[in-house]
Amino acid sequence: MAYYLEFEKPLEDLENKIDALKRLSDGSDIDIASEIKNLEKKAADLRREIYSSVNPWQKTLIARHPERPYTLDYIGLIAEDFIELHGDRRFADDAAIVGGIGKIGGIPLMIIGHQKGRGTKDRIQRNFGQPNPEGYRKALRLMKLAERFKRPVVTLIDTPGAYPGIGAEERGQAEAIATNLLEMSRLKVPVLSIVIGEGGSGGALGLSVGDRLAMLEHAVYSVISPEGCAAILWKKGSGELGQGDFARAATALKLTAQDLKAHKIIDDILPEPLGGAHRNPECVGRKIAEYILKSLESLQGKSMSKLVDERYKKLRKIGGLTQIQNLQ
Amino acid sequence: MAWFKKKKELKTEKKVKIPEGLWVKCDNCKEIVYKKEIEKNRQVCPKCTYHFRISSRERLRILADDGSFAELDADLATTDPLEFMDNVPYAKRIADNRIKSGLNEAALYGDILIKGFPAVLAIMDFSFMGGSMGSVVGEKISRAAERALERRVPLITIASSGGARMQEGMFSLMQMAKVSAAIGRLRESDVLYISVLADPTFGGVTASFAMLGDIIVAEPRSLIGFAGPRVIEQTIKQQLPENFQRAEFLLEHGMIDLVVERQELKDTLAKLIGNFMPGAAAK
Ligand SMILES: [Zn+2]
Repeated sequence: MAYYLEFEKPLEDLENKIDALKRLSDGSDIDIASEIKNLEKKAADLRREIYSSVNPWQKTLIARHPERPYTLDYIGLIAEDFIELHGDRRFADDAAIVGGIGKIGGIPLMIIGHQKGRGTKDRIQRNFGQPNPEGYRKALRLMKLAERFKRPVVTLIDTPGAYPGIGAEERGQAEAIATNLLEMSRLKVPVLSIVIGEGGSGGALGLSVGDRLAMLEHAVYSVISPEGCAAILWKKGSGELGQGDFARAATALKLTAQDLKAHKIIDDILPEPLGGAHRNPECVGRKIAEYILKSLESLQGKSMSKLVDERYKKLRKIGGLTQIQNLQ
Repeated sequence: MAWFKKKKELKTEKKVKIPEGLWVKCDNCKEIVYKKEIEKNRQVCPKCTYHFRISSRERLRILADDGSFAELDADLATTDPLEFMDNVPYAKRIADNRIKSGLNEAALYGDILIKGFPAVLAIMDFSFMGGSMGSVVGEKISRAAERALERRVPLITIASSGGARMQEGMFSLMQMAKVSAAIGRLRESDVLYISVLADPTFGGVTASFAMLGDIIVAEPRSLIGFAGPRVIEQTIKQQLPENFQRAEFLLEHGMIDLVVERQELKDTLAKLIGNFMPGAAAK
């Protein structure tokens, strides 16, 4: 049974009807067959109509869709000879971040990403994709390894945020993220980041400092979740906040790939099939692989010092700055 | 019993003739203390040594050699890149905060002498939008780091912040990467970076420059962390341990080098600079 989002309800009804008709007929009844065809066309039109005007909050829900492909799904689709590597060599192996070495288009690279779980047990084991410090430290260990062997680094971003817990604080969540930001800005190999789902604040940023930053069409990236933003701005209890508040906050935050491209925060947008990446993961996987190869090609031939220098300048110019006239 | 009497007296007196703001209740020990006494004590409670939050101007008075601080780029302002609008437009929020705090933004930076040692100092001010980091704060911290590198003098930052500034959305988040990259350049040099953490330091500030100091110093009892205590409590649905996220807790867990009382901070900074970069004094 497919999972439908609230705003897809009309589509769900229609597609259920099609399924029922298909079960009913054995293919010999021409009337039913033409009715199915008719309804399928209607469903396709309806999906096109719904997806032509998804708002930022709806995009947030698509980005969090439980059937959306995760990092390991894409790795399975596009990487060859992939070997997952484990542990930060200090404390633990954080299952909320996965990483390993493999080839895409014949090029060996280090692939690292957040990993949300699928199914209750896996979700709990992966802490719903919310890393602890050891996750960021494992990622850094793998990136430094990649640097030594001159392997490009690709990161796939998909997390609600870094985990807010006692142990995380005790073991230095902030320090772990900060260190990754610093080290990634200096890494002497190409670093490409693609937001495949949810880009949740510092927990997402801790894996996404690099030479190129792209987002899937329906991915979101934000300094705070729309729910968190709404709670701060409209100061209601969490029980009193509704979809309308979240939608307002999501719009104000400019968290969609389209908004962030317009603001030059990200470099590129990778298209998704109608209805979202989960409707055709293979197709999205191909787009991701193509993007990685194209980006690496565009960075080819640059000396590592030039690469790092350009990365610095790219980060350095982000900000909306002007001058005030009447100083205090 | 005398304590009760005193409090009662105070209450009635306050009503009758004591002007507002002459007395302050200590956030930590809850004692009522004469404001002048706290001021004389560098905003430290004389009863329990709790360090009150202080303004960037007060910090300069405590740290800088007389008249040595020269602020740079004081006129930097945000363009309000998202044209953020909640109940109040962000632009109006900024204007209101400038009036209320008497500051241009949540951080300032400039050249300073500390016991004869030249340095570049950046200070955050919690009274301006909770010390939140948007484009301006990120730019000032980055410029401070670049200036320290260029002048080959130590960089000192004093953090006090709720984190990234929501009203600038992803522009704020990306400031974390920007300032960390600027600190990254210092890491490859022999320029010392001392990060001082004051109450409170959280979120995007802790998860960027504040935790990247070569030396990290915190004021006693300061709350320092990544996630706020309320968020953690709501997530794990447990009571937080005693002293959680206090400076002393971070020291115990190996996250910072020193907990230094405000009275000792100038001395400590001078000694650190003197030991790591003695040549800086000759400049
Ligand atoms: Zn006190």
